[in-house]
Amino acid sequence: MNDIISEKKLKVIGTSPDRPDGVPKLTGTAQYGADHSLPGMLWAKVLRSPHAHARLLKIDYTKALALPGVKGIITSADLPEQKFDYLGPERVAQNFWHMTRNILAREKVLYEGHAIAAVAATTSAIADAALKLIVVDYEILPHVIDVEEAMADNAPLLFEDMITRGVTPPPTKASNISKRIQFQLGDPDSAFKTAEEIVEMHFKTAPVHQGYIEPHACLARADQDGQAEVWSSSQGHFVIRTMTAKLLGMKTGDLRCHASEIGGAFGGKTVVYLEPLAVALSRKTGHPVKITMTREEVFKASGPTSGASMTIKIGVMRDGTLVAAEGIFKYQAGAFPGSPVMNGCMCGFAPYDIANARTIGYDVVCNRPKAVAYRAPGSPISAFAVESTMDMVAKRIGMDPIQLRLKNIAKIGTPLLWGAKHGHAGFAETLQALQKHPHYQSPLGKNQGRGVAVGYWFNGGGESSCTVNVNEDGTVVVATGSPDIGGSRASTAQMAAETLGIAYEGVRPIIADTNSVGYTQATGGSRVTFATGMTVINACKKIIAEMCLRAAKIWKIESENVIWEDGSARPAGKRAGEFPPLTFKEIAAKRTATGGPIVASDSVNAEGQAPGFSAQFCDVEVDPETGAVKIVRYVAAQDVGRAIHPKYCEGQITGGVVQGIGWALNEEYIYNSAGRLENAGFLDYRMPVASDIPMIEAILVEVPNPNHPYGVKGVAEANIVPPMAAIANAVHGATGRRLTDLPMSPPKVLAALDA
Amino acid sequence: MMSEMRFESPQTLEAAVALLSGHNGITKILAGGTDLLIQMRGGRVEPTLLVDVKSIPELTSISQNNGAFRLGAAVNAMQMSEHEAFAQSWPGLTEAAMLIGSYQIKSRATVGGNLCNASPAADSVPALIAAGAIATIMGPQGIREQKVEDIATGPGKNSLAKGEIVLYFTLPPRAPHSADAYLRFIPRTEMDIAVVGAGINLTLNDKGICIEARVCIGAVAEKALLVKEAAAALIGSTCDESALEKMGAAVSAACRPIDDKRGTKAYRIKVSSVMARRAATIALNRARRTH
Repeated sequence: MNDIISEKKLKVIGTSPDRPDGVPKLTGTAQYGADHSLPGMLWAKVLRSPHAHARLLKIDYTKALALPGVKGIITSADLPEQKFDYLGPERVAQNFWHMTRNILAREKVLYEGHAIAAVAATTSAIADAALKLIVVDYEILPHVIDVEEAMADNAPLLFEDMITRGVTPPPTKASNISKRIQFQLGDPDSAFKTAEEIVEMHFKTAPVHQGYIEPHACLARADQDGQAEVWSSSQGHFVIRTMTAKLLGMKTGDLRCHASEIGGAFGGKTVVYLEPLAVALSRKTGHPVKITMTREEVFKASGPTSGASMTIKIGVMRDGTLVAAEGIFKYQAGAFPGSPVMNGCMCGFAPYDIANARTIGYDVVCNRPKAVAYRAPGSPISAFAVESTMDMVAKRIGMDPIQLRLKNIAKIGTPLLWGAKHGHAGFAETLQALQKHPHYQSPLGKNQGRGVAVGYWFNGGGESSCTVNVNEDGTVVVATGSPDIGGSRASTAQMAAETLGIAYEGVRPIIADTNSVGYTQATGGSRVTFATGMTVINACKKIIAEMCLRAAKIWKIESENVIWEDGSARPAGKRAGEFPPLTFKEIAAKRTATGGPIVASDSVNAEGQAPGFSAQFCDVEVDPETGAVKIVRYVAAQDVGRAIHPKYCEGQITGGVVQGIGWALNEEYIYNSAGRLENAGFLDYRMPVASDIPMIEAILVEVPNPNHPYGVKGVAEANIVPPMAAIANAVHGATGRRLTDLPMSPPKVLAALDA
Repeated sequence: MMSEMRFESPQTLEAAVALLSGHNGITKILAGGTDLLIQMRGGRVEPTLLVDVKSIPELTSISQNNGAFRLGAAVNAMQMSEHEAFAQSWPGLTEAAMLIGSYQIKSRATVGGNLCNASPAADSVPALIAAGAIATIMGPQGIREQKVEDIATGPGKNSLAKGEIVLYFTLPPRAPHSADAYLRFIPRTEMDIAVVGAGINLTLNDKGICIEARVCIGAVAEKALLVKEAAAALIGSTCDESALEKMGAAVSAACRPIDDKRGTKAYRIKVSSVMARRAATIALNRARRTH
């Protein structure tokens, strides 16, 4: 147990102060990705494939280059080849051979919108005009969009030599299946034979886009000596640096990346699309280069999360004891391997204590943009299948759905499919909070139904760094390497203020560039408040130690006789009471005389994160004549550890549920028979609008994480895991029809009603 | 692409017609611009002459003459809803226009633009047709009148000749116990394009018998369809359940939709009757309340 500060003493944590980045955002002065400009800057545009699958025979850009105002053009020929190798932990492995082909196609184009060339010109209109002058010879190939079709024997192959990994002995024939994975606990085959009831169901989900408001954008400038600088909208400017440097063959230290303000990301801005192109064009032309995507490009060329095809089988005793479970998960990776199917396999049954379980996953390529992380990547997809099946299990044995889940809920020590043991409390508490909500007993109206579902997410720890600078007026600047996508400047400032014992307003949190602060992993995995928070707390403790030293110097006493209390140094021990306390501000003012700058840096590779858990119920009303589903009530409980900034915790929960509602009801990619996306815009890619959303009630359940000084658990992702199943379960309650195919759009619901 | 575009903002009708008929390139009339600017940004149209008609008084006002409203073609949706007498007489047409986009869009989007843009899913068009509106059109040959249902001819196509411009719509004087209504189905609750739209306009006699009706459905064919058989099912009835059923069946029978990203054929055919019945019920309740 770390030094958790008791709640009584907390002054800043648990309050919801205004965000430090609020005023510039409200008044329009905040600098987002596309807001950066430099003198002499060029505008670049990307030529994209109109075909879903084709061999690139020839790219001729002579005419485009001759157009007045065009300063440079790049194709994949301008980028070094990369080694074929899967790097990093298997769950998030990267293969730069694939990555370089995704940012600029080489042998083939693998989806409509696949980048082929980039043109830098003095205006964006000239760059656009130049794109039309590039002549590309294609050999059009048959394409495949659907995951089951991509797995079929006669499917067109995206990579003619792809042999499925994870199968022994390896298959002799190439396929679109990049990888097979399996997890097993106990003996599910025997256990199913003992089950009194078995429910087996098949499900499909559609790929959905993260839907951030701000399209990808960046500005790059390159120097003659090999240095370069990038300003871009990303969740991790260190990631941008690593990937861009490697893709361009640069030394990491020669590339300096800045994180702009970010207009949403949700996992979608953890990879590079534009940055290497902008740097390469800047190197080629000698000018700064800006590239921004249109919304159409965002839809056609940046990552959604996977669509999937899944089969779930659950065996249960009539008293509600789950005895066996199996899940088969086929996830679309898009054009290159790397769907979050492994997460799906790990998270689906993780909320429960099931002694005998097995999950099998397939990572399948198809002619769509490459899948990228989206909020709890992989987990919402498998949870839709598992939690829908759980609802049918509850109905089969006539048990309340919360009661069924409570009876089987994972506790500390429950074995997990991947060999670890569950290490934290909080799941049962969250379910109980949901169960106690008065609306869980509210009567339902005509055509209404209620659905329950839960969701699990690992949450992350990992590498974070910060530097805390004490200023002469007693304020501090906290510089971290974490781009702020969910309010982390506020929460880290709160933790700094709490630790130092100073006012929140005295802390100015900033996001330092890659070459000005220690390495920090991307903002993602609900890791920042936990891990970056931890390094900030560590640095603040170092500051306190330094402040005590400075006080000892001022008082000319031994430093061991100085303590820090309520933001002031006090003489203690045998010196107790000898001097009046020195405040933070007073010591800061004597910086120069007491030893110079008061600075502390810290870095962590944080462990001990607690998983996220969310339990939700919703009520829906189904229009029997149109199939329209209206969400009339939504209650979402989540274990937040300790809420550092309760309003942001509520905001995270609301946001996850809203995205889940879109995923459940209307969001999907609509492809025509040529494999072209027909709804590449917000009009027809139907994310919910404000009037689609009911008041979402967030219940913050606080079961502190003993591995964090302030009890933090990640809160940003678990909330998007349950909504699709909760809504499907409610639709089943309202209509008696089980929708197993997302989205539950009005035509599908009406067809089910009429069936 | 990078061709030059001329922008003109004439103050009179004559000047507008002269500009439109005298130009040899691609001319476009700019009213609210809520369709045109998006088409231009998307590269779908690259006009060489843009004629902004918002400075022409005949096009931008609502007036009343012997009980008949004259609705300027460049009047925007917000102006309609804020014109109390108009909105009271034509609640269906007003609500159809008010379903289009956000407040920002509604403050720009015009009924004339909605009609001439000729989207089969245009919300105000079925309501305008159901209302029996007559368009007054000016062109190089002078002024002519045309029924609104004959203006849009297919997706993105209209029957206007070169140099012609719609000036205003004349709506017939309101008989007692008359009202209209418009409903559409969209998968969301706003900010969307109709999957199906239905405009109904009807008049009852003192005994509550329907003596006149016009039923027009949108987004189920290449243009909005005036369904006479559906109107006939209502005329002579009290618009009871069985009459509404017959009307809905006639609507479904008239549909000739396509499968597209916004809906399937089967879905549109089925839901068109639902929207028509629900709209008819609203119009009926309004007509019973009016004197």
